[in-house]
Amino acid sequence: MADLEIKDLTVQVEDKVILKGANLTLSKGEVHALMGPNGSGKSTLANVLMGNPFYQVVKGEVLYKGQDLLAMSPDERARRGLFIAFQYPVSIPGVTMSSFLRTAVSARRGYDKELMPVGEFQKLLKQKMDELKIEPAIVSRYVNEGFSGGEKKRAEILQMAMLEPEIAIMDETDSGLDIDSVKVVSDGVNRMLERAKGTMGILLITHYSRILHFIKPSYVHVMFDGRFVVSGGPDLAEELEQSGYEGIKAQFEVIAAEVQAEGAVRRAGKVFWVEH
Amino acid sequence: MAVTNQLGIDPDKYKWGFHDPEKYVYKSRKGLDREIVEMISSMKNEPEWMRAYRLHSLEHFQQRPMPVWGANLAQIDFNDIYYYLKPTEKKERSWDEVPENIKNTFEKLGIPEAERKFLAGAGAQYESESVYHNLKEEWEKLGVIFLDTDSALREHPDIVREYFGTVVPPEDNKLAALNSAVWSGGSFVYVPAGVHVDIPLQAYFRINAQNMGQFERTLIICEPGSYVHYVEGCTAPIYTTDSLHSAVVEIIVKEGARCRYTTIQNWSTNTYNLVTKRAVAYRDATMEWIDGNLGSKITMKYPSVYMVEPGAKAEILSVAFAGRGQHQDPGGKVIHAAPHTQSVIVSKSIAKDGGRAGYRGLVKIYSGANGSKSAVRCDALILDDQSRSDTYPTMEIDEQDVSITHEATVSKVSDEQLFYLMSRGVKADEAMNMIVRGFVEPIVKELPLEYAVELNRLIALEMEGSVG
Repeated sequence: MADLEIKDLTVQVEDKVILKGANLTLSKGEVHALMGPNGSGKSTLANVLMGNPFYQVVKGEVLYKGQDLLAMSPDERARRGLFIAFQYPVSIPGVTMSSFLRTAVSARRGYDKELMPVGEFQKLLKQKMDELKIEPAIVSRYVNEGFSGGEKKRAEILQMAMLEPEIAIMDETDSGLDIDSVKVVSDGVNRMLERAKGTMGILLITHYSRILHFIKPSYVHVMFDGRFVVSGGPDLAEELEQSGYEGIKAQFEVIAAEVQAEGAVRRAGKVFWVEH
Repeated sequence: MAVTNQLGIDPDKYKWGFHDPEKYVYKSRKGLDREIVEMISSMKNEPEWMRAYRLHSLEHFQQRPMPVWGANLAQIDFNDIYYYLKPTEKKERSWDEVPENIKNTFEKLGIPEAERKFLAGAGAQYESESVYHNLKEEWEKLGVIFLDTDSALREHPDIVREYFGTVVPPEDNKLAALNSAVWSGGSFVYVPAGVHVDIPLQAYFRINAQNMGQFERTLIICEPGSYVHYVEGCTAPIYTTDSLHSAVVEIIVKEGARCRYTTIQNWSTNTYNLVTKRAVAYRDATMEWIDGNLGSKITMKYPSVYMVEPGAKAEILSVAFAGRGQHQDPGGKVIHAAPHTQSVIVSKSIAKDGGRAGYRGLVKIYSGANGSKSAVRCDALILDDQSRSDTYPTMEIDEQDVSITHEATVSKVSDEQLFYLMSRGVKADEAMNMIVRGFVEPIVKELPLEYAVELNRLIALEMEGSVG
């Protein structure tokens, strides 16, 4: 049984259906890249997995370690080891990064009434910041307030490192970063993977294949119009880099026409399916 | 704040150490007239000028209509109030009479037993008096006078007479007139030239039945180059069966002096809290008001600073929290009456469960106050759809060469913020608390540590059950 099983997930925002029956399984120790053009539903999937109340699940289910993930509140999901590095993290004025991190790590580590002892926390924080090459000054600032795009992304990765998730979703962590920053962030993620020794899985959402040169995925999926349309190995990312999403789109339209005529289609070779 | 007797002083010895031992013959009754005012004055053995002052104030009070521009005060029945009680009468409430919710709050705040009784008006706080006594000796060496205002009038009549009523005259407003007629207790602080008082003067240390009366009168004089931080109130709910609290605070900050006045009040929710607070700042002097308002039914309080000589500075920070059935109408006034004066007002208000909180303020810049600067920022945080925030900023600018900024925000706790915190494992109620604590942080960080801690705890209590 996979740690995360997404089955026929259908999601809408207000009256618009965004995810149209998404299927995916992901386990600890695996890195899945999820690619696709803007508006294909990648971020929606990430947010639904974390429990963002803005999205309504109309059909389908998600099992996390065999349990109904969608029935859990976002904080419960987080305490059980799910994490999302947001594409657009919000700021929390007046709350310092360090007090926020201490509260979050304490929750994740099962401290119920009290917080994790401050000495232990400081040690952990320093270690993680060193590893990620993060300026210590950031932790005395208010959460994401006045952060540059790059600082926000690094702060998300710091949170990921501190919380030691079992399944981490990284929502376009690379967009808006220059190549050096992409490398620093990737190095940090790779170190986490190494340290986790197979106890962490990642769903790496990206628009570009650039970050995949640094973080090597075990699987690559392409999402289009609310569905997973292509899945494959790392070479799929290379192909996409050359042909762009237009190639997928052209194929998709052909397939969509076939679906229209004949119902569900599965094709051999590259696993390419659309289920109705 | 736990105050224990670590000094080995027998608390009983100091039990009434600085109380007037006299027993008054006074028959308490409700209502306000000339006879009552004369009685108050005569029982306090006041000088003639004070008696006349009180009577003059009473006349003004009786003629002056109720202010109608702010919160709804129509429910106040001035005839249904005791305007003066003997100190002994004030302590007659038994612990059993104190409502359960107040007791529970004491429990949650971890207020020591003896202090609980005092705060609930059911006992005196002997421990802290011994601490106070030691501090008092320190201050006296510096020439600092820190007394309740009644004692100050007896022991330092000339200083009191010189300054009393010079900043807030009885004609200022109806409630100031009322206070001037019937005032009792409050603090008197005199800081000699050049003296810096390092430890905040806390009315809390000097608490006695007279201090927390309904009609306190506080007078602070900072001689040139001096510094003092005065702290009044505490975050524990002040339980009183009195329905009206109407204090007057007057502060004189002379050349180059700096005065900071911190108030955290948490009146029980049946109380009208109508307070006039005003300071005059002279050349290069700095006046800072930090004002936290929780509790009460209605609070109207607009600490003011009159900057009357060049280089004077004013800072007003206020935070208000209005829950069910509460209307917090705080704010601030800055009057620039001299060149190169500077003011900053920061107001933070939170409304929840149908409460109403906001900001009402005035920036006045007189012609000739060139080179002056004023910055006003008022932020409101509304926690649900039933609650309300109002902002009434008034600006009267009669000078061209000035710099004025005004920013106002009204926000709701956003689902995005809650979701963000929850996605890190933080439970919904704690996430809401963090957002609210963050909102008031710019003010809380200015408080002495123990008050900051208590205020955060208190806000957490107020927030209980806000997330369904």
